[in-house]
Amino acid sequence: MAWYWQLLIVLGVLIAALTIAAGLIWYERRLLSLVQDRYGPNRVGPAGLLQVLADTVKIIFKEDWVPPFADRRVFVVAPSLVLITALLSFMVVPVAEGWVVIDLDIGLLFILAMSSLAVYSVVLAGWSSRSKYSLVGGLRAAAQMVSYEVFMGLSLIGVVALAGSFDLGDIVEAQEGLWYVVPQFVGFVVFLVAGLAETRRIPFDLTEAESELVAGYHTEYSGMKFGLFLVGEYVAITLFSALIATLFFGGWLGPWLPGVVWFLIKTFIFITLFILIRGTFPRPRYDQLMALGWKAMLPLSLLNLLITGAIVVARAG
Amino acid sequence: MTILFYIAAAVAVLATLLVVTRRNLVHALLYLVVSLFAVAVVFYTLGAPFVAALEVIVYAGAIMMLFVFAVMLLNLQAASPPRVPWTAWVGPAVLVGVLLAEVIYALTIETQPLAGAEVGATAVSEALYGPYVLAVELASMLLLAALVAATHVAARAREDQTAASVERGRAVLHGQGTASEPGVIVEEGDA
Repeated sequence: MAWYWQLLIVLGVLIAALTIAAGLIWYERRLLSLVQDRYGPNRVGPAGLLQVLADTVKIIFKEDWVPPFADRRVFVVAPSLVLITALLSFMVVPVAEGWVVIDLDIGLLFILAMSSLAVYSVVLAGWSSRSKYSLVGGLRAAAQMVSYEVFMGLSLIGVVALAGSFDLGDIVEAQEGLWYVVPQFVGFVVFLVAGLAETRRIPFDLTEAESELVAGYHTEYSGMKFGLFLVGEYVAITLFSALIATLFFGGWLGPWLPGVVWFLIKTFIFITLFILIRGTFPRPRYDQLMALGWKAMLPLSLLNLLITGAIVVARAG
Repeated sequence: MTILFYIAAAVAVLATLLVVTRRNLVHALLYLVVSLFAVAVVFYTLGAPFVAALEVIVYAGAIMMLFVFAVMLLNLQAASPPRVPWTAWVGPAVLVGVLLAEVIYALTIETQPLAGAEVGATAVSEALYGPYVLAVELASMLLLAALVAATHVAARAREDQTAASVERGRAVLHGQGTASEPGVIVEEGDA
């Protein structure tokens, strides 16, 4: 592949991911408002689209304050990790046939590795703030994200077993006949729930739980450092939607339209689902969250793995 | 690839040195995470991408996370560690020096290229579930035993706690205990 084509894909993926993430702030606020029977931000620009720009300008010009009691170095580094790991994961997601930054044999494992590193951002932010609300938020994040990572990995093994590859491009091509959401419906449900927990979205946002922890792990953050957590969350939502589309709904596959359009349509459907879930579900108690994970999700994904494995072996033999 | 290997190896050694010299526990753990990253890169340059990915997912992602979790909970910040006399370093330093000499010797006499045939996910799985299946099963039994033991210890501790608080509540209700103990609610008429 020519180097300029490679560079174009890198820039395209980077700019698209960041633009979509920024646009999501507006999209989520408008959509949530519709759910709650109000208008939402509709004053700045057409349909309120420029609200994002106004907010960005505001957040950049806010005072960049580090609490004197914080562990300065860790405090400054922590917010960037969440964005870096999410953006790095996009490297291995194929946008259309051959449109991928790096064609890694262990693509899916790479994404799991990045997602398990994203925990550090939240936990270190909570620890370095040296504030009780931040610390409790960070502790909750550590337990929640480490737990749900287990089921996230297990729910994807069924897909890997059917496709016979960790390479996301191969997985998409293996869905030519039938999307994996049909044979792997349980895996899809577990992955969706785990994705909600990994991105710390409502109903699994106990790490920030404003009714009890002020703002959880980012209580002490302000200005663009807080902005990085915000953008990181939206990039992560985009990433998980893209992953669901790629792993369970055939990625770029689809009739008539070009591959990249299908990929974007599917991704947007799941982003909308993520936002509607936020508008619908209440936040569970912490023990309910853990019980759901270890007592429902873990047995479900193990059972799914067992049955899928048996079918794959029976077909091969 | 060879250059990458040496850079990664140097980073691993340096990061590990920083781990044992940091006074702040969380900073030390973060350097340990860096060291594990470097080891993952070493694995990758040696032609084992699957093992490299697992190194990051399991060690850097999960196990070190639990270390950080424990340190955060224990809040060991206040107690500064006592100074270690320099003589305590002699023994370990000699041992490590021997290992280092060995590694340098092994690397200099090597005739084959560093990155041999690539060991992919399939090859690792076939080795684990083929000739080494007994070792895998034994290791999983060991982990299961550890899990059961941990659950048992945790459950007994909780039972003791519950029993003690019930006992205290009864004592107060029957007018034998003191009402000033925290967490015990006394109704006016009973005491």
